Amino acid sequence: MMVAGTHDANADDVSDLYRELIIDHSRHPRHFGQLDNATHVAEGINPLCGDRLRLYLQLDEDDSIRDASFEGSGCAISVASASLLTDLVIGIDTSRALAYSKEITERLSTADAPADLAVELEKLMALDGVRRFPSRVKCATLAWHALKSALLGKQAAVSTE
Amino acid sequence: MSTVRANATGSSPMLDCRRDFPALQQEINGHRLVYLDSAASAQQPMAVIEAIAEYERHNHANVHRGVHTLSHRATDAYESARDKLRAFINAASRKEIVLTSGTTESINLIAQSFCRPRIGQGDRIVITQLEHHSNIVPWQLLCEQTGAELLIAPIDDTGQVIPDRLEHLLTEEVRLLAIAHVSNALGTINPVADVIRLAKSRNVPVLIDGAQAVPHMPVDVQDLDCDFYAFSGHKMFGPTGTGVLYGKEALLEDMPPWKGGGDMILEVSFAGTTFNELPYKFEAGTPNIAGVVGLGAAVDYLSDIGMNRVSAYEKELLTILMDRLRATEGVRLIGTAEHKASVQSFLLDDIHPHDLGTILDHQGVAIRTGHHCAMPVMDYFGVPGTARASLGLYNTVDDIERLIEALLKARSILS
Repeated sequence: MMVAGTHDANADDVSDLYRELIIDHSRHPRHFGQLDNATHVAEGINPLCGDRLRLYLQLDEDDSIRDASFEGSGCAISVASASLLTDLVIGIDTSRALAYSKEITERLSTADAPADLAVELEKLMALDGVRRFPSRVKCATLAWHALKSALLGKQAAVSTE
Repeated sequence: MSTVRANATGSSPMLDCRRDFPALQQEINGHRLVYLDSAASAQQPMAVIEAIAEYERHNHANVHRGVHTLSHRATDAYESARDKLRAFINAASRKEIVLTSGTTESINLIAQSFCRPRIGQGDRIVITQLEHHSNIVPWQLLCEQTGAELLIAPIDDTGQVIPDRLEHLLTEEVRLLAIAHVSNALGTINPVADVIRLAKSRNVPVLIDGAQAVPHMPVDVQDLDCDFYAFSGHKMFGPTGTGVLYGKEALLEDMPPWKGGGDMILEVSFAGTTFNELPYKFEAGTPNIAGVVGLGAAVDYLSDIGMNRVSAYEKELLTILMDRLRATEGVRLIGTAEHKASVQSFLLDDIHPHDLGTILDHQGVAIRTGHHCAMPVMDYFGVPGTARASLGLYNTVDDIERLIEALLKARSILS
């Protein structure tokens, strides 16, 4: 990517990591906070940088995700990724959510050139910048792992009273 | 070789060591590397790298065993490093210098060999709130094993151990006080000489975790009168996997071995084993010979410069670092004790330290971000982590300017 004049190649890498959409979602995370009537909860922890996210899902009887939220603290990448995730999964069914989790996790973790994404996933291309920052991939995938463990984990169904 | 020159005012010596360190002569992401992570691990001077290479190339064999020439050379190289280390911290005898894999092993050795046999329910170990995990977890393990209790002396909001609170904890049930000389997360220099004096008056043995002190200031274990002093090779410009446990001879003599194996015995039969004399009793197995040779070269390097000079130079540099950070909008300093060395933790606006670390790295500035293996310190300050710039004798005022520039750039990207 070439940017006019003032940036060198490395500044471009960093700008690519911290795209506008990422900064926006990290500063103003969507669906942030506890979900009172959650049916599924999972925690994601990244000990390297102390990211700690808790993901809440409320499932309908037909296995579709009626609502989702998250809380916790983390770096811009992990918070933005969780925020984008909650935006995406509300209103879809769990099997599709799991397929998305797999697709995004693989996309960010492999060196292969990223494939085009379905139109509903296009926003998540904003996370592509982490592919050049191996130490940050875990930040970007943290919430997606939490999604998987919330939906598949043995103790996924929790009572929030 | 290192060079020393007087600065313009002639008031204190400037060091000009950067050129001695090959790793510092490179560019990272198109920028001259500014290495501000020596508290995690310091770079090695050419003298250390060459000493290890020379040993591996010409002098390697096992130590303390063979009658052949190479075994003699290896033993001489290994044992002369011990002598250098003895002189460096002014221990009374070479028997008091136990070579370990690092501070962590040294502390675990004390926990298991000195403390464990003489501790039980109702006994106490005292540490402080600013300790590195390696001076917390071995004591938690020991307490689980023995039913003893671990007590924590708290810090204040500058990052200083509160003297009265520490004193209050040093009761007759205390079997050991283990305390950092310098905090790795905050840079606080604990008043260890006073603390040791106080502990002595209460008959409490003292272990000092000196990992962050030895690379930055003169340390004299006889002057301190500590019972044990632990430090690591790789923080003092030597290789990883090397370290020292200093212990007073009479105490070490009474302690059982910590690991069993070769080299720590005089005679083995199935009826029983006679242990070797000090310090070999604690050095089971073939040691990290090349690493220790490198550590010996690091001691030579530091001794040639002089630790008083290193300390004076770094003190000036730390003052400049703190002043420049304070003058940077959005910076909050964590760790502002009156007496500090080498380390400054900070936050910039509400930027997560991990994001900051990435952006700084892309400008060639290496800092540490996270909890610095001192999570209780982070809890106290109510932050998940900090950014930490730590200095070594090779850093310069220019390095500090580069850090500040990089911080301003991070602000412009993330704010």
